[in-house]
Amino acid sequence: MLKEKGGLSYNTKMEIETMDIKSEFAERISEISGANLFKCYQCGKCSAGCPMAESMDILPNQIVRLAQLGQWDEIQNSNTPWICAACLACSVRCPRGIQIAEAIEAVRQICLRNRNSERRLGLSDEQIKELPPIAIISAYRKIAE
Amino acid sequence: MTKLLYYPGCTLKADAQHFEESAMCALKELGFELQELERWNCCGTVFSLATDNTMFHLAPLRNLLRTREEGGDKLFTLCSMCYNTLKRANKLFNEDPEKNDKVRKAMYEEAIAYDGKTQTLHLLSLLRDEVGFDTLKNKIGKGLNGIKLAPYYGCMLLRPDGLGVDNMEHPRVFEDLIRAMGAEAADFPFRAECCGSYQTAQQPEIVAERTRLIIGSARKCGADAVAVSCPLCAFNLDQRQAIAARLHSDFELMPVLYITECLCLALGIEFKEPWKAFHYAPVDAVIRKMEKKA
Ligand code: SF4
Ligand code: SF4
Repeated sequence: MLKEKGGLSYNTKMEIETMDIKSEFAERISEISGANLFKCYQCGKCSAGCPMAESMDILPNQIVRLAQLGQWDEIQNSNTPWICAACLACSVRCPRGIQIAEAIEAVRQICLRNRNSERRLGLSDEQIKELPPIAIISAYRKIAE
Repeated sequence: MTKLLYYPGCTLKADAQHFEESAMCALKELGFELQELERWNCCGTVFSLATDNTMFHLAPLRNLLRTREEGGDKLFTLCSMCYNTLKRANKLFNEDPEKNDKVRKAMYEEAIAYDGKTQTLHLLSLLRDEVGFDTLKNKIGKGLNGIKLAPYYGCMLLRPDGLGVDNMEHPRVFEDLIRAMGAEAADFPFRAECCGSYQTAQQPEIVAERTRLIIGSARKCGADAVAVSCPLCAFNLDQRQAIAARLHSDFELMPVLYITECLCLALGIEFKEPWKAFHYAPVDAVIRKMEKKA
């Protein structure tokens, strides 16, 4: 749509179709998690309420954006999926109904299934003695494919 | 005595024995007897969020099946994570025909087929819906009058929406229970903020920072102690205070009690000496204060 303002005419309509920015990774994530990342409008609410955000190198909303754009390397090298505590605060608060915690689980799964990010808990005997079973089992579950 | 089929989960047989024992003592006083499932297995602690792998759901579903085998249709739990995992697995079983088919096929060797009819019942729901807070209040009387408790829900009692024990963003069941015990419930902004969960295994320092924030908030609210209902929350909020204190010289320890320990004290049941050893932040002073009140 062309608009006239102060003698200049410029195009105010921007068309970005999800078709054009489709990324294979976003689709893979969506297959595993059921989350449609293309619905995200980057409001940042997921990251605002994330209890672990302070320790993440890429925020949850940024993970979503990077996935939309197919920037898999950035996602894969980020500590975010391994810092996330799967608390579900992001998923239940997203105004677009995107299941971000599930999407981050999918990122973990893709990394683990690709076998290019070997994960070990590497707990010492002392740690195993100290930690309750619930902590060890759940931590293992998050690095199991 | 009403018998309840009871699923303890792993940690109630290890680091949270005092949670189980105090629950048994308090519930006995209220007319319930916990009958442990004859055969049970670990539920896996976390509900699998990946939709393309259904095998992780077998562990929780098998416990629900055992309940049916023993003739029950309700399975009682104390641990928030078990509660969440069992309940979500059942919902998936009943509402997702494709996954239902897969898990059924994988459980072909079981003596009976699971019918999806086991309901998971958490302690807080039992006290609210079956005992009733008014009845409880009448029984307790003055109880813990003069004590202020910070109710810590954590994540798995509330999320995802519709699966928790109460409204996800505005829960009140914990507060109501605390009031029924005669105590005051702190208006505690961190009550549903994650403690860092399983990250405690590999990222203890990050979790200790969460602990510092959550405990610090409870302290600002004037709480005498934090009340919890999850062994992982309990570990993080209590045991991780050691790291918080090491990293921050101004950090002050605060007692973390299972809600059932508080309930025992409110009901005038003695706080057993061995329970104390499970706690990191000293509980003696607050227990003395609570005993005097009850
Ligand atoms: S809350 Fe939802 S819409 Fe907002 S940035 Fe996060 S994923 Fe996108
Ligand atoms: S689920 Fe993970 S990303 Fe989402 S709010 Fe919790 S810790 Fe943050």
